[in-house]
Formats: sequence, structure tokens, C-alpha cells
Amino acid sequence: MTETASHSLTALASPSSILPKVGLLARLGRNLGRWLASSNPWLNLLGLGGFLILWHLLTTTLKVPLFAKLPGPWETVKEWFSLNPVYGISIFTLEYYQHIGLSCLRVFLAFLLATGLGVPLGLLMGWKKTFSDYSFPLLEILRPIPMLAWVPLAILMWPGRESSIVFLTFLGSFFATLLNSWLGVKSIDEAYFRAAKCLGASESLIFRKIVWPGAMPYVFTGLQISVGYAWFSLVAGEMLAGEFGLGYLIWDSYILVQYPVIVIAMLTLGLVGSISSLLIRSLGNFLIRWKVRESGQ
Amino acid sequence: MENITIGGRLEAKNLTKTYHLDSGDREVLRGLNLTLEPDTLTALMGPTGCGKSVLINLLAGYEPLTNGEICLDGQPIHGPDKDRLVVFQETALFPWLTTYENVAYGPKIRGELKGADLTNSVMELLRHVGLDSFRDKYPAQLSGGMQRRAELARAMINQPKVTLLDEPFRGLDAMTRDLMRDHYLTLFEKRRGTHLFVTAEIDEGLLLADQLVIVTNRPARVKKILPVNLPRPRSEEIRSTPEYLTLKAEALELSHEEAMKSFKAGSLSSADFVGAYAALN
Repeated sequence: MTETASHSLTALASPSSILPKVGLLARLGRNLGRWLASSNPWLNLLGLGGFLILWHLLTTTLKVPLFAKLPGPWETVKEWFSLNPVYGISIFTLEYYQHIGLSCLRVFLAFLLATGLGVPLGLLMGWKKTFSDYSFPLLEILRPIPMLAWVPLAILMWPGRESSIVFLTFLGSFFATLLNSWLGVKSIDEAYFRAAKCLGASESLIFRKIVWPGAMPYVFTGLQISVGYAWFSLVAGEMLAGEFGLGYLIWDSYILVQYPVIVIAMLTLGLVGSISSLLIRSLGNFLIRWKVRESGQ
Repeated sequence: MENITIGGRLEAKNLTKTYHLDSGDREVLRGLNLTLEPDTLTALMGPTGCGKSVLINLLAGYEPLTNGEICLDGQPIHGPDKDRLVVFQETALFPWLTTYENVAYGPKIRGELKGADLTNSVMELLRHVGLDSFRDKYPAQLSGGMQRRAELARAMINQPKVTLLDEPFRGLDAMTRDLMRDHYLTLFEKRRGTHLFVTAEIDEGLLLADQLVIVTNRPARVKKILPVNLPRPRSEEIRSTPEYLTLKAEALELSHEEAMKSFKAGSLSSADFVGAYAALN
């Protein structure tokens, strides 16, 4: 009896002892396992369930005037998972995935561009004072311009809808990435630069071995914020200029009085947004292991 | 790897450093002269805020001099260099590198050691400071004392001609501090090199040093150099010898004079020292 117990204990313990050596996916799996073993999932479910009940009460049971036009949870879910959806959008229709796919692609492209430009520029600005002297005033004037103010120019500037939507989405996320990368370098203790210098590090080595890893925690905080901004800007762009995509779907369904579809698209945005944020956070935690362990374990 | 480091002769002549601040000029060092003989350990003491850290920064080449000259083996210095390594007050181990990677950093980036040679040198030094089983830990996973030892190892692997230690054991608890001092003393007596050890503690200075330099309140000059001719290798026991006690009394007297001035100039931290000294006598 004792033997079997200790046996199963080792079997339980062993995955986590092997896992640190493998990569990102394994860490995700381990975190998921821990989460399921705690009491958190039940509290999470309770919160979600409470929201659904409230939603149902307000829209369907009590029919509060303010919420009277809104579809209830049951109506929405029925449509969402229907084989023959009334309004043509459910998880069994190709169109649903075309909207998701195109939105994701736009966000992915814009986010990639914003990261590819924002991170190096931000790091350079933080590292080299001359560079930030040139760029800081310009940045401070451009940054506060709300992304929606760019819409007319974006449409005038870029050929076709697609590039203007990607451009708007890019703008939304670019500044958050840039600013956080810059702050990331500023947060690095001067002693690290001094230590590296007297150990004989060249400028390029200082960039690769001090600036880049030192700024990484802020960079990833920035990326998480910026991917949120990207989704925000995407929806605005798609509503104004789109032909496809979740933002367009929301606006189109409003015009066509297909209210359940609005809620389906909104919830889908929520889900896709969380997943993108989770992916970035996991990648960040994986790359910044030295920091994670400091607070954990 | 050769175990013995060849120390350099570091000469600071007429060092003057003035900062131009909005609130006016602040003279931190004025005509400070200091010579570190090869393969000796110099301890440097002075009132809090007298510019000891500034002196370290100047000797390391991090900041330009307002006036004066610093020569290593007769050659004027230009900027930071691996010949003059600093062990910082707060740990400056790179948090994103493991203990091993931190220690290997210098020789690796300069391309001096590769492959098995690098591994052997790093591991030998890590064994020396008792960190070989912590080679793959990140600094955040090490205790304060371990971090300081790792930092000593990171400096020593480069065999610097001069090692500049800026209150390296500050912030450690008393017991760890004593252990670290013994550890450091053994390392120095084995490996040598020229060392400048900034400290705020007379006992620490006397136990370690070949000469104890007492600097004045700001603007700092050398007030007195006390040769510490106690036999090596040293241990705690020398603290009860008459020679040691005489030296300590003299050092305490000199420090008190400077602390008084600093106190009169409005330094709160010197108030503690002045108060305690008065209670003793």
C-alpha cells in the first residue's frame, strides 16, 4: 500500500522535475496542470457562471428596458453552435473562420511590423542619448494622436483597404512597444554597463548582452499592452474600411439587425485577444526565466 | 591557468574632481595623492559621503578627472579597462546570466579563453569560492554572500593588475561579513594582485590591509597613511595583539577627527559615530 502510494507520488512528481529542461509548450502544460489542481478553476467558473445568469436575467427573464434589444445568452449560444444558423454565422460555417482568420492575419502582420520597428528603435533611443535627442520630441507629438484621427490619412495614403487597416492596427501597437522598450533600457542599472565596459565588452556586445536582455522584461510588458491596442485599432479600422473581419462583422450585423451575431463576434474577439496575450506572456516568461524564478518558487 | 596574479603599480597624482551642479560647484576630491604598490592590499577609509565611490569611479576610468593624473605602471590610463576591475557595492552580476556565464563573461568576450580552457578556469575559480555546485543558478537564486563571492570570482578570472573593491561586503549580516572577509583574505593571500579595498569599518581595514589610508571629509584628500605591518597569513587572532590595538586606536582617533568635521558640516550619519565615540571615552 505504502509502496503504491509512493510510486504514484513519484509518477506525479516526475513530470515537473523533467519539464524545466524542455521548452515553452511543456511549461504551458505544467502551468495548466497546476492551475487545474488548485481551487482557482472553480472560482473562475463561478465568476463566469454568475455573469451568464445576470445576463440571462437582465435580457430574457426581467426584460429590463435598457437591455431589451440585446440577445440573451441562450439565444447567442444557440446561434453560435447551430448547424443551420439563422444569420449564417456559427462555428460550423466557413464564413465565421474567414472573419477570424483575416482579423488574426491583420493583427499578426501589424503586430510583427510594430515589434520589428518599435523594439529596435526603442532600445536605441534608450541606449544612445543622441538618438533619443533626435527622436523624442517627434515621438511625443505623434504618440498622443488618437489612432482614429489617422483614419482619413490612412485611407488616402494606402492603396486599398487591406493596407490601410494594417497600417492603423500597426499605429495602435507601435507606440506602446516603442515606449516600453525605451523605458526598459532606462531601467537597467548603470552598474551593469560599467561592469561590462571594464570587462572589455565592445559596443555591439553591450547591446546584445546588456541592453537587450536587460530591457526584455519591459519589452514584453510593452508587447502585451501593444497586442491589446492592436486588436482595439483593428476593430476600429475594420468597422470603417473593412470587407471582412470581426470588426466588420460586428458593424455589418448591426446594420442588418442580426444582433446575436454582434455578440458572437464580440465574444470571439475576447477569446482571440486573450489567446494572443497569453501566447506573448508565455513567450516572455520563457525568455525571462531569470526574472520569473526570482518571484516564484 | 596561472594562479598568481601580477599586480600593477597604480599612482594617483593630485586628483581633483569637481561636479558642476545647478546648485553650484561641488568639489569632491582636492589634490588627492595615493600610490598602490604592486601586490599589496590598501584599505581606504573616510567619513560617509566623502567621495570614496567617486575615487573608485575615477580610478576605474568611468568618469573624467577635473585635474590630476592616474598612471598604471607609469602609463596614464584612458577609460575603463580589464586591468582595473571594480567589485561593486551592490552586486553587479548580470541577472540574466548564470553564475558560470557571469564568471566566464570577461575572458569569453575578449576571446582569450575558449572551450575546455575556459570551462576549467571558470570551474577552478568557482570551486575556489565554493560555488561550483551553483554554476547554473541565476544571481537571484543565490544568497547575498554567494552573490559577492561570484562577483569576486568574475573579477579575479580576468587577473586584473588592480582590483578596486567599493565596500563589497556592505549590506551583508555581521556573520556573513566576517566569513566573506576571511574568504577574501585567503583569496588575496593566494592569488595576490594589487587591491584597493574601500571600507567603513576599521577592523575590516586593519585585518585585510598592508596600508590603511584615511581620507578627509569632502573635498577628500589623504589625511594619513598607516602602514599595517602585521604578519600574513592573517587570522582573527591578530586582533588581540598589542600592535593591532595600537593601530586601531590611532585609526579610530583619526577617523573621529574627520567624522567630527563631517558632523559639523551637517552629515547625519557621522552623528552616530561621533556620539558613540564620545560614549566610549
